[in-house]
Amino acid sequence: MIAHNLPALQVVLPLIAAPLCLLLRGSNWPWAFATLVSWAAFAISVALLSQVLDSGTISYAMGGWAPPWGIEYRVDTVNAFVLLIVSAIGAVVLPYARVSVGHEIPAERHPAFFTALLLSLTGLLGVTITGDAFNLFVFLEISSLSSYVLIALGRDRRALTASLQYLIMGTIGATFIVIGIGLLYMVTGTLNMADLAARIPAAVDSRTLLAAFAFLTVGTTLKLALFPLHSWLPNAYAYAPSVVTGFLAATATKVSVYILLRFFFSVLGTEYTFERLTLEQLLIPLAAVAVLVCSTVAIYQNDVKRMLAYSSVAQIGYIILGIGFVSTTGLTAAIVHLFNHAVMKGGLFLALGCVMLRVGSVRLDAFAGLGRRMPLTMFAFVLGGLSLIGVPLTVGFISKWYLVQAALEQGAWILAIVILVGSLLAVIYIWRVVEVAYLRPPPADAAPVSEAPLSMLIPTWILIGASIYFGIDTSLTVGIARRAAETLLGVTP
Amino acid sequence: MRKHLVLRVVSKLLMPFILLFALYVQFHGDFGPGGGFQAGVIFGSTFILYALVYGVETARRVARDWVLRLFMITGVLIYIGVGYVALFLGGPFLDYNTLSAHDPVHGQHLGILLVELGVGITVAATMVTIFFAFASRGRG
Amino acid sequence: MDIPADIPGLYNYWIVVVLMMVGFYVVISRTNLVKKIVGLNIFQTSVFILYISMGKVKGGTAPILVDHPVTYSNPLPHVLILTAIVVGVATTALGAALIVRIKEAYGTVEEDEIQAMEPDE
Repeated sequence: MIAHNLPALQVVLPLIAAPLCLLLRGSNWPWAFATLVSWAAFAISVALLSQVLDSGTISYAMGGWAPPWGIEYRVDTVNAFVLLIVSAIGAVVLPYARVSVGHEIPAERHPAFFTALLLSLTGLLGVTITGDAFNLFVFLEISSLSSYVLIALGRDRRALTASLQYLIMGTIGATFIVIGIGLLYMVTGTLNMADLAARIPAAVDSRTLLAAFAFLTVGTTLKLALFPLHSWLPNAYAYAPSVVTGFLAATATKVSVYILLRFFFSVLGTEYTFERLTLEQLLIPLAAVAVLVCSTVAIYQNDVKRMLAYSSVAQIGYIILGIGFVSTTGLTAAIVHLFNHAVMKGGLFLALGCVMLRVGSVRLDAFAGLGRRMPLTMFAFVLGGLSLIGVPLTVGFISKWYLVQAALEQGAWILAIVILVGSLLAVIYIWRVVEVAYLRPPPADAAPVSEAPLSMLIPTWILIGASIYFGIDTSLTVGIARRAAETLLGVTP
Repeated sequence: MRKHLVLRVVSKLLMPFILLFALYVQFHGDFGPGGGFQAGVIFGSTFILYALVYGVETARRVARDWVLRLFMITGVLIYIGVGYVALFLGGPFLDYNTLSAHDPVHGQHLGILLVELGVGITVAATMVTIFFAFASRGRG
Repeated sequence: MDIPADIPGLYNYWIVVVLMMVGFYVVISRTNLVKKIVGLNIFQTSVFILYISMGKVKGGTAPILVDHPVTYSNPLPHVLILTAIVVGVATTALGAALIVRIKEAYGTVEEDEIQAMEPDE
C-alpha cells in the first residue's frame, strides 16, 4: 500500500504532520516530530527517485479520478530530482533547528514555527510533484504564505517589513501565474499539464496563448528572483531567522525554477517558447546582468547574510543562463546547479547561523578573529565560499564547467567571459569575509566565543561535505541532471 | 446595559438563526450554493457579531483560545483523515468510492460531506481566531 | 477581428483589465501599507472575475445538478475560484497582521516614514 501511494504520501505526510505539530507543547516535542517527518519525506523522495530512474515516469491519480479530468501527480526525472533536493535540505536543516530556533525565536512560538516549516515543506514538495497546473498554484501559495510567516519571526523589526514586501511581491507573482493558468485553460479547456502540452500546438496562433505566456513569464521570474524582480530577496533572507534563511535559500527559488522549466519546456514546448517567441533573448541578458550586478553589489554589503543573499540572486542568474542556452549541456548545467547551489548556499547560511548563535551578529566586523575562535564553522564557510567561486573539486566548479561548455558550444564567448567574471567577483566578496575572520585579530573587549554545538555543526558540515563530495564524484548529480535535461528537451523518449 | 439596547437585543435574537443558516449552507452544498468555506465564514461571523456588540473579552470567554485552536486542527485532520481512510481501504488517496462498502456513489456523498465538514470547522475557528488576534491587540 | 463589434461584447474582459490595473497601480503607487494590501485585494478580485466570467456558457444556468436536462455553466472555474478566494483571504489576513506588528514596532504605516527610520546599510 505504501509503495503504490508514495507520490501522495510525499506531500500528505508533512501535510498531516503540520496540524498535529500545532497540538504539541513545548520546544522539544514539535522539533522532534518535525525532524522525524522531514526524514520520512526524504526517504520517500529517495524511493521515488530510484523508482523513476529504474522504470520511468510515475503517474498517480489523486482520488481515483483518471487524468486529465482528475488531479494527477506525475513524477519524472526532473521533479524527482527537485523533490530530492527539497526534502534533503529539509531533513538536514531540521536537526539543526533545535538550538538555532531555541536561541532566535521566543519559546511560545516554537510549535507554530515548526508547523509553518512543515507547511512550507509540504507546499514546496506539492508544487514539485503535481501534474495539474492549478494544483501547482495552490501549493505555491501554501508554501509562500508559510514562508512569509517564517520570515516575519526574525528578531530584527525589519523582518516584518521584509516579510510584507515579500508578501506583496510574491502575491503579485502568484496572481500573475494564476492569470496565466486561467488563460491557458481558456485556450485549451484543460488544467492537466500533459494534456495542456498535447493541446497547445493547435493553438499557437492564439493571442490568448501569448498573453498566458507573458503572465507566466513575469510571475515565475518574480518568484525565482530573476533580476530585476529580485528586490524582495535580500531583505527577506537577511532578516529572517537563520534556519529559515538556510531552508528557503536552498529550496524556494529552486522550486520556482522548476516551475519555469515545467511550464516552458513541458507545457508550452520549446518550439513555442524559444523558436517562435525567442524567450532566451530576454532570459540571457537579464541573467548576465544578474550575475554581474548582484555579485558587485554583494561586495559592498557589510552584513554577511545580505552579501550571501545578493550572491544567491547572482547564482540564480547562472541557472537562468544555463536555461537560456536551450541545449542539453546548458540545461544539464542549470539543473545540476539547482542541486549544487542548494547544497552550497544551505551550508553557508547554516554556518552563518552558527556564528549568529555564538557571536550574536553577522555583520562583517563581528567576524573579526573568528577563524581562530570558531575554526570548524569558519572552515565550513571557506569551503562553501570556494564552491561559490568555482574552485575545482567543489560543486561550484562543476556547474560553471558545464555552463562555460554550453556557452562555448553556441559560440557565446561574451557569456563565457561573464561567467568567469562572476567567479572573480565572488572571490572578492568571499575574500572580504575570510580576511576579517582569519587575518584580523579579535577585538580586545570581545567576550570569549566557543565553537558551535554539534547539533548545528554536523548539519552544516553534511551540506558543505556534500558540496565537496559531489564536486569530486559527479556521476550521480550530473547523470540525473543530464537525464532530466534530455527529458525536458524531448531528446530521448 | 442601557447603551445600544436595540443592538444587543436584536443581535441576541438573530445569532441562533445565523448559526442555523450556516449549518444549512454547510450541508446543502450538494444541492445549492454552499459548502465548507462559506458556511464556516457565516458561522464565524456569529461570534464576531457577538464580540462587536458585547465586547471582545466577553466573546473570548465564550470561544476560548484552546477550543478554537482545537477546532482548527480537528477540521484539517478530518479532511486529511478521510484521505488516509481511503488509503487504508485500498484506493488512492482521497478516493471516496472506497468509503462505502456497497455503493460508490454513497461513498462519494459521504466523502464530500466529511471533507466539507472539516473545511467548515477549520474556517469557522480560523475566522474567529483571526478576529480575536486583531481585536485584542493594543490593550496591554 | 471585428473591432467595433467585439469591444462591447467583451465587456467582462474590459472590467477585468480595469480592475487589474487599478489594483496593481494602487499597490505600486501608494505608500500607505494598508492601501497596498487593499490594492492587492482589488488585483486578486479581477482574477476571480476573469475566471468566473470565462466559465459562463451562453444560455447556461448555475452549475447545480437538477433532474431535467439543462445547459450548465462550467463548474470548474467556480471551484478554482473558491480556492483562490480562500488564498486571497489568507493573504489579506497575513498582510494585515504584519501591518499591525509594523505599526507597533515603528509607530507608523507609511512606507517612506519607515524607510526613513531605518538607516541605509
